Amino acid sequence: MAHTTFEEISAADFFYRNRDIAGFTNPSRAIFAAVRELVENSLDAAESLKIPPDIYVRLSYAGEAGRETQVYKLMVEDNGIGVPPRHIPSAFGQVLFGSKYKLKQQRGTFGLGGKMAILYGQITTHQPASITSSTGMSKIYTYKLMIDIQRNRPLILDRKVLINKERWRGTIVEFSLEGDYFRAMPKILEYFKQTAMVNPYANLTFVDPKGRLYKFTRVTKEMPDPPKETLPHPYGVDVELLQRLIQVTPYRNMLEFLKNHFHRVGEITARKFLEFSNISPSKNPKRLSHEEIVRLMRMLKKFKEFLPPDANCLSPLGEKLLRAGVLKELKPEFVAVHKRRPSTYAGHPFIIEVGIAYGGEIPKKGSFLIYRFANRIPLLYDEASDVSVKVINSVNWRRYKVTPDMPVAILVHICSTKVPYKTVGKEFIADRPEVRREIANGLREVARQLQRFLTRRAHVDRDRRRLGIFSKYLPKIAQFSAKLAGKEKQPDIKKLLRSVKRFGAEKT
Amino acid sequence: MERRKRKSIIMEKKKEVLTDLENLGVRIYEQLDRGYFPSIEMPSRSTENIYYDPQVRQFILGDRKVRRNARNIRHLRPFTQLVWTAFFSHELTSQRKTSTLRDVYYSAQAYEMSFKDQQESNNIITDLETVLGFSREDFNIFPEERSAIFGDLTIEYTVPGYEGRTLNLTSHPDGVMIGPALTSSEFVKTTADKVIAIEKGGLFTRFIEENVHKKFNAILVLTAGQAPRATRHFIRRLNRELNIPVYIFTDGDPWGMHIAMVIISGSANAAHLRELTTPDAKWSGVWATDIVNYKLPTDPLDEVDVKRLYELQRDPRYKDPLWQREIKIFLKIRRKAEQEAFSRYGLTYIVDEYLPAKLEETK
Ligand SMILES: Nc1ncnc2c1ncn2[C@@H]1O[C@H](COP(=O)(O)OP(=O)(O)OP(=O)(O)O)[C@@H](O)[C@H]1O
Ligand SMILES: [Mg+2]
Repeated sequence: MAHTTFEEISAADFFYRNRDIAGFTNPSRAIFAAVRELVENSLDAAESLKIPPDIYVRLSYAGEAGRETQVYKLMVEDNGIGVPPRHIPSAFGQVLFGSKYKLKQQRGTFGLGGKMAILYGQITTHQPASITSSTGMSKIYTYKLMIDIQRNRPLILDRKVLINKERWRGTIVEFSLEGDYFRAMPKILEYFKQTAMVNPYANLTFVDPKGRLYKFTRVTKEMPDPPKETLPHPYGVDVELLQRLIQVTPYRNMLEFLKNHFHRVGEITARKFLEFSNISPSKNPKRLSHEEIVRLMRMLKKFKEFLPPDANCLSPLGEKLLRAGVLKELKPEFVAVHKRRPSTYAGHPFIIEVGIAYGGEIPKKGSFLIYRFANRIPLLYDEASDVSVKVINSVNWRRYKVTPDMPVAILVHICSTKVPYKTVGKEFIADRPEVRREIANGLREVARQLQRFLTRRAHVDRDRRRLGIFSKYLPKIAQFSAKLAGKEKQPDIKKLLRSVKRFGAEKT
Repeated sequence: MERRKRKSIIMEKKKEVLTDLENLGVRIYEQLDRGYFPSIEMPSRSTENIYYDPQVRQFILGDRKVRRNARNIRHLRPFTQLVWTAFFSHELTSQRKTSTLRDVYYSAQAYEMSFKDQQESNNIITDLETVLGFSREDFNIFPEERSAIFGDLTIEYTVPGYEGRTLNLTSHPDGVMIGPALTSSEFVKTTADKVIAIEKGGLFTRFIEENVHKKFNAILVLTAGQAPRATRHFIRRLNRELNIPVYIFTDGDPWGMHIAMVIISGSANAAHLRELTTPDAKWSGVWATDIVNYKLPTDPLDEVDVKRLYELQRDPRYKDPLWQREIKIFLKIRRKAEQEAFSRYGLTYIVDEYLPAKLEETK
């Protein structure tokens, strides 16, 4: 007779068993995901101080592994905020440990990415990871560690402390992993290019296993304003969050509880809401029964008068930087960008930024080049499932005289405290009607601008052609009429040609 | 005395053509020089502006005008071509050289003035005709097709190198080609008292062999199908200047009829021109009536023949009872006959019997 055994597994164990949901599906995906997770941590680390990031990535060959896989050493160095020494082991050796569980826009969200990369390296090469970091104070710390998968705890193998004479600040992460770089190469290079596009203030340097150097240089030191941390908006809460807030709250009545723990809820709104939901303002939140908490959540979602969430917890790139990034990486003839006003889905604020670029070095592919971004991260996989692609396909481009055979690139960037990713792998955005509408409106705006550009250019072309025709024929009319009239001197047609030019200029 | 006066007509006309061409140049030159886009106005040749004038018995252009303006980008190319054509015509006329339509087309290329095709250059020449009211032969531009003439008429050349030389048009048994030299010649003297125009070369040769010119005191003209403009103008001159009647013999079918009609009343294509018609010329045969009366061997009319007959029936040039009657008979008997059909009665029958009868009938 079979019998069932029950056991508990750790978070590390869970993600170890399910590493494909975090993007570590196969040797080529894994190497891409590792680079990406570490680069994103570094970008976050620099941006949180509002310093233009300087990131150096080196991937070097370290030996054969399987038939198609090799062992590589990955090293990522940044000039970011650094990790305080006591947090280094957990930040890099304990799954679901992080500093980004706050309500503000950041690339990292789950407390998972960097560890998944290290974990993957550990299970494929059995080597420890080395983390060197300094917050710019007097010392630099280096840890050699492994992850105890069963217990989800860092295993510290070695620890070194150096005097920080130069006052260096930043972090260096280095570990070995198995992978297939040559398969992953196109995606990795594309990743750097697109990252450079939406981080035009960053210097990115990549040295690949063949020793080739790829450099993406910043074109500006200007950076978007860093996001502010924010409270949860009433429309976005769930029972779990309510329970957590009730547990930690120091307030003993509902009025204060609402006023102090929720975004955009003041005295008046709180009172109105309590009246609407028939809850006494003096009720102690700690006394709410489970049923009452569920009801509270429902009423919060039903109440129509909460102001929409404020967007200062978001950090969109902004039209100026977006334009700079597109010009720098795509070198188009024309670019139009547009930042939508903040909007919300399910209580989460978000901002859509879109861009359209035409001509120049953009290739003609027979279809639009699509660039998707979320919180300044390029999304490179599962394009077909992404909401942006669905919206792009639903726009009637012909109305704007834009056809897929033109050299056109379209860019969609969503910023949110909670990007509606479909998976932990952060590769594509779910189809939310609010998001869809914003993307569609943004695309229409830039499409109109492109249309205006194209018509203007057609006019300029036409005027140039016109001038060409006039310059070809008027002198002949002058020549033959002079001969016919028996005149020595040709009539002066410069004035007429000038008027053709002026006529053309008026038109544009 | 008589001769001197006529000669000056030809010379006067040449001068007039040259002056008009020069004036056109001056007009355009001055507009340009004053800083205006030059423009040229001319009567419209669109079908809505072509009318049949029963008074002058030919098609004429109405009052509608078109303006070619060099400001208009679509007009610019044809405008330039027109100016070039005027310039080229002036060169031809002043140097007393001639050119064919084909030559014009190729000459343009020497001036980087390419025409898309022959048709385009022909159209521009027609424009120039319309602007100035002279026909292209007056600018010394001639079509390829040539017709011929034979008979007792002495002419005097005006072309360079031949000035003052005379020729009697019986001097060559094949006839003399009606080319630029002949069309610009003066008439010196003749004993003929009529002109007989013939559609086909075979019959023309037969008539010469049979001494029709002597027997009937006639100048024979071969139209070689539809008569070229130069020939139509020449027939008119014979009619006007020698003051003798013109008789036309064609095949007995709608196409033959129309060859005669174009000599008499002109074509819509030349509505912008005068002096190409001979309104008093007579169509002497072969009529539908002749087919019946002479019991000629025939072919059935085919579909296009019938269609053409219905068109002619409505054509204002055909409103005369004789034409209407013949069209009706064609439509009734549904047959047609060629001039050669008379050979069934022997080779000389047409000259001995038919011709005198018809000349008498259409006198
Ligand atoms: N280069 C770095 N500089 C400074 N701090 C870092 C760096 N890399 C990681 N950290 C810290 O380690 C924590 C864990 O990083 P990790 O990538 O595992 O998770 P995350 O970035 O918070 O979320 P996500 O799973 O979305 O990546 C981060 O929250 C951050 O505090
Ligand atoms: Mg991370």
